[in-house]
Amino acid sequence: MSARTSEIASYNFAYLDEQTKRMIRRAILKGIAIPGYQVPFASREMPMPYGWGTGGVQITASIIGRDDVLKVIDQGADDTTNAVSIRAFFARVAGVAVTTETAKATIIQTRHRIPEHPLGEGQVLVYQVPIPEPLRYLEPRETETRKMHALEEYGLMHVKLYEDIARHGHIATTYAYPVKVEGRYVMDPSPTPKFDNPKMHMSPALQLFGAGREKRIYALPPYTRVVSLDFEDHPFEVQRFEQPCALCGARNVYLDEVILDDRGGRMFVCSDTDYCEKRRDEGGVAANPFEPDEAAT
Amino acid sequence: MYVAVKGGEAAIRNAHRLLADRRRGNRDVPALRLDQIVEQLSLGVDRVMAEGSLYDRELAALAIVQSRGDLIEAIFLVRAYRTTLPRFGYTRPVDTAAMLVERRISATYKDLPGGQLLGPTFDYTHRLLDPELAAGGAVETPAQRPADAERMSRVSEILAGEGLIEPDGELPVDRDVADITREPLEFPMERDARLQALARGDEGFLLALGYSTQRGYGRTHPFVGEIRIGEVELELDVPELPFAVPLGRVRVTECQMVNQFKGSAKAPPQFTRGYGLVFGQAERKAMAMSLCDRALRAREFGEDVVAPAQDEEFVVSHLDNVQSTGFVEHLKLPHYVDFQAELDLVRRMRAEHGRTPAVGAAETKEAAE
Repeated sequence: MSARTSEIASYNFAYLDEQTKRMIRRAILKGIAIPGYQVPFASREMPMPYGWGTGGVQITASIIGRDDVLKVIDQGADDTTNAVSIRAFFARVAGVAVTTETAKATIIQTRHRIPEHPLGEGQVLVYQVPIPEPLRYLEPRETETRKMHALEEYGLMHVKLYEDIARHGHIATTYAYPVKVEGRYVMDPSPTPKFDNPKMHMSPALQLFGAGREKRIYALPPYTRVVSLDFEDHPFEVQRFEQPCALCGARNVYLDEVILDDRGGRMFVCSDTDYCEKRRDEGGVAANPFEPDEAAT
Repeated sequence: MYVAVKGGEAAIRNAHRLLADRRRGNRDVPALRLDQIVEQLSLGVDRVMAEGSLYDRELAALAIVQSRGDLIEAIFLVRAYRTTLPRFGYTRPVDTAAMLVERRISATYKDLPGGQLLGPTFDYTHRLLDPELAAGGAVETPAQRPADAERMSRVSEILAGEGLIEPDGELPVDRDVADITREPLEFPMERDARLQALARGDEGFLLALGYSTQRGYGRTHPFVGEIRIGEVELELDVPELPFAVPLGRVRVTECQMVNQFKGSAKAPPQFTRGYGLVFGQAERKAMAMSLCDRALRAREFGEDVVAPAQDEEFVVSHLDNVQSTGFVEHLKLPHYVDFQAELDLVRRMRAEHGRTPAVGAAETKEAAE
């Protein structure tokens, strides 16, 4: 940066001014006090576009301190372009340490995945949320959906899921699968595949959700009950993959399908790149922390 | 194949380097200076200041150069900067009647105190490309006259004398003026918050909505009571001082639409108003804003909300081009985790489809919703 530019434009630690950080922290505290409730907050313009993680970035910017270690993932991977860009942003404006290792991070900002490695107490998972309102596609008006939440009127959502079953024999929602928090608020888990929903339940980590464009923050304090909506005769199920990761042999993890050629050749590999690399470093035998890795050899 | 996604960091670095190269273009051509943009592309600068909500010509010009002339990108740059600035306070309401007017026209009166003043307008130019401009020919100095020292009454004040038009709105004493950059939007909104949103709203979006009201989608029967462009003084109350401190002058465009209103149970028949106020010279925007403002007051006047331009949640949620462009363009980001989930579902449902007899096409079309 030349002397001339720094003269006409300069920025605070972690980009946001301290007043704004306080405002966001108040919204976060309110969200923690009322798990699953969407707290409106005066979202700021960030130096990356709306829809590209500005909600998550604002939360991270408001809670990050100089001693924090930050991990940023997008689609489970540390090296996707937007994750690289956000990590570089914080490295530049906050000068904090960054890592790709889930266990070493104090703050993990994520888009669309929860890491495979279990989170622990003291860790914060920050989700980037595009549309925080789980009822939005059923009712486009904010004035209406806020009323529905206030009255705990979630019949419409159950009807939608029921209609899926009546029509297709399945609940045709594969990601952003609605959950109920502590028996009260129906919440959008952000567009994570429903595979990750069970990891939210009773997680020892603090989970914070930021929707910048829609100006909402919500939260799951540690050890919160998070239940995916379902019916007794159609219980909630997660995706299962028929084959293990082609690189590390992990089972019961979320896999990406990688197209190898134009003749239908494909392979399935871990979406969580850090988890996959760790397993390969350890000879591909590390047990999946969520379920015994019975079939991998 | 898998390793292809590992190149993120280097790819971004190289993309930025290429972008900088393309922005600069041919090095044999002199680089643009900010003062050239401020002076010669001033309406573009004004738009960036207005929708960027930051009155600073130099920063707007910098944003225009940096964005290669993509004004929405420039607006975004300015917004992302202004949002980090601390807030010292709020100026007093500007008195546009005390404006140093450069242009002032009314479509409702042939002549009026202060007169009609065309000013620097494209209105009566013939849109013929001027080859002389390409050669950088000399330009005449403009005709000048001494400014009138007295206030130039606004048309709304003239009509108000007869009680024919609704008065200026009053802020309730127990309420501070809204600040949409500091408080989250909540619907339904008060008019002050809505006007702020309109003032930074996308010119094209408001133009289309304003136009739609003229074509019958929420008709408002508008007349241009007045448009004025010029500089107004800004004053700030400082708690320690017994007088308001002048901060300087800003150029603004103000438009007051005068709209027919038949009256309701609560209010007698009188003219109502749509209001537009925008940084810089931005007449199209100010006019579109006042059309939208009036249309959005439907609820206040007990009018039926039947058209998009009258629908507050629809208009205000979608008028911000920084938000719109971000979310539309975010579709470029990887979505392969969710797409994988959908692939899995569609494959499973196709397999089941083959097994179950006669499922109607209409019933399956939403499968991949």
